[in-house]
Amino acid sequence: MSTLTEAPPPLTPTAPEKKPPRRRGRLVPYWLLLPGILWLLVFFALPMIYQASTSVQTGSLEEGYKVTWHFATYWDALSEYYPQFLRSVLYAGSATILCLILGYPLAYLIAFRAGRWRNLIMILVIAPFFTSFLIRTLAWKTILADGGPVVGALNTLHVLDVTGWLGMTEGDRVLATPLAVVCGLTYNFLPFMILPLYTSLERIDGRLHEAAGDLYAKPWVTFRKVTFPLSMPGVVSGTLLTFIPAAGDYVNADLLGSTDTRMVGNVIQSQFLRILDYPTAAALSFILMAAILVMVTVYIRKSGTEDLV
Amino acid sequence: MTNDTSGDVRLSGITKTYGSFTAVHPLDLTVPQGSFFALLGASGCGKTTTLRMIAGLEEPTGGTVHLGDQDVTALPPYKRPVNTVFQSYALFPHLDIFENVAFGLRRRGIKSVKKQVEEMLDLVQLGEQARKKPHQLSGGQQQRVAVARALINHPKVLLLDEPLGALDLKLRRQMQLELKRIQTEVGITFIHVTHDQEEAMTMADTVAVMNAGRVEQLGSPTDLYENPRTTFVANFLGTSNFIEAEVDARSGDDIVLKAGGGKLVLPGARCGAPTSTGGKVLVGVRPEKISLTHADEAGEIPEGRNRITGKIADSSFIGVSTQYVVDSPVCPDFEVYAQNIDRDPRLVPGADVVLHWNPAHTFGLDAAQDIDAGVDEGAAS
Repeated sequence: MSTLTEAPPPLTPTAPEKKPPRRRGRLVPYWLLLPGILWLLVFFALPMIYQASTSVQTGSLEEGYKVTWHFATYWDALSEYYPQFLRSVLYAGSATILCLILGYPLAYLIAFRAGRWRNLIMILVIAPFFTSFLIRTLAWKTILADGGPVVGALNTLHVLDVTGWLGMTEGDRVLATPLAVVCGLTYNFLPFMILPLYTSLERIDGRLHEAAGDLYAKPWVTFRKVTFPLSMPGVVSGTLLTFIPAAGDYVNADLLGSTDTRMVGNVIQSQFLRILDYPTAAALSFILMAAILVMVTVYIRKSGTEDLV
Repeated sequence: MTNDTSGDVRLSGITKTYGSFTAVHPLDLTVPQGSFFALLGASGCGKTTTLRMIAGLEEPTGGTVHLGDQDVTALPPYKRPVNTVFQSYALFPHLDIFENVAFGLRRRGIKSVKKQVEEMLDLVQLGEQARKKPHQLSGGQQQRVAVARALINHPKVLLLDEPLGALDLKLRRQMQLELKRIQTEVGITFIHVTHDQEEAMTMADTVAVMNAGRVEQLGSPTDLYENPRTTFVANFLGTSNFIEAEVDARSGDDIVLKAGGGKLVLPGARCGAPTSTGGKVLVGVRPEKISLTHADEAGEIPEGRNRITGKIADSSFIGVSTQYVVDSPVCPDFEVYAQNIDRDPRLVPGADVVLHWNPAHTFGLDAAQDIDAGVDEGAAS
């Protein structure tokens, strides 16, 4: 340091010349972030603020709405529509569990057993995305149609007796029942479960399975004690990616369900687009968001994935 | 060592093929209880496949594996009383060190594992690290956890698959001694797979040198080094010089050979080749057995020693010794290691010299094989 201060004067003029490029270099990451930040601001933060203000307004479509800090809208919305909230959680939860049950073995197969078929199976998993979400859901309407082969088969196998007893179906129908909605949700969100599961299973070192076997773990125990715990990050992100959009979904309930299977998404949609009661719609949206945030936080805490490498 | 044979490993005609590639040719091998056995060979020679077949991780295409009197060929790994230390340890990343070590005990339904695990962690000097995760430990520590995790189960046989490969040289030397100490302490049969000939020789009681899916030679490290039976073994374990010679006569127990106008003597007991008069034999001698004398003093060399002449082509000073490459009419690159005790200043490149050695240090091999077999593999390790 002392040599620097004692440096001859001719050196000093060069120093300020060198500084500006360095400073600009330091700012480059922020400049690169700018488009993203702007995007977030315009398409996320601003609408959120707008919705928040809408939710505490009163008035009517003819006279216009004013911010009156009318928080009672929240309470009214919740007390009127809590069945739809519960139903959303129930349907989305069932669909998530079904996705996990169906998706885990498939992800496991792709990760460890598929060999040269791996890419083909991956493409098959993603292929439905090439068709519109709406078209695919409408297709389920045909599949589950009354008197169709699927319903017939389920009837012959007495599956409908079981689901009827569980309150998931009514009589000989599948369409327009909770079962149809849950099936639709499961089908539409299954890839969101499989992809993260596959990613985290694929990262597991195959030698760990060998090591577990070598240390007296039977295949099932190896799965329970080694494979499954190591795939937890995938399970957590898969269930979140399935549950969160499923809980807010309205297309499946709209196309495959009936008035008895309305989910909170359907209520919000009709409040916004048909009844035009914007404050209630905005309040419902915020309640749904808060509820999901709380559930997700508790879930992540409980599953303890932060601890996983 | 006891007469107990329950820890014997017996391989009978065991073989493994992948499609048209034969990784292990039918192999018979017996590893006696309590021994430290090394499978030595270059990568791809079938040593790891052999080890994995003993562990049950690889199904043999043919043949049987016996542990003691029990045929375990059809048993899955979790039913075999053997444990493996894997090449990159394969520690469970989601479990701490304690649980990693306790894994095998818990799987066998043992409830009170605390005392055993702590004792085992003390044996490998990791008592302090019990609650850490594997990724928080250094390579050497992880390696010791892997050993502890396997040993705590008191396996009949411990299999080690290149367990020191990922460690740096100094740590590797230290762990070699450590593993040898543990083996002596617990008295379990160790089967150690390695490509490092020095490692195999330092640690093992018996070494099997493998090449292209076959065992080339099996014996104690000294035996393999002093009496290699093939050029592969002679070159893979250390360095050897070979002279092509012709059998001239027998005198008593010795064989007299002709090579480039001179004559060499070879003890008959150390010749693994047919020795009919006129037959070709490869005469081998290790570089450190040879003395170098300047050509001017050739007369002072005692009678009865094998001798050849040559010119020093190159010399390099190693510290404890000097390594010379001598160009001789009978062998172009003759290597000589001389201890740096009384260095003759005239022994520099270009000097004419006489190489001489005690005939007892000579070994003879069948000339019908590749002189350079195993040279590259040995150098690579």
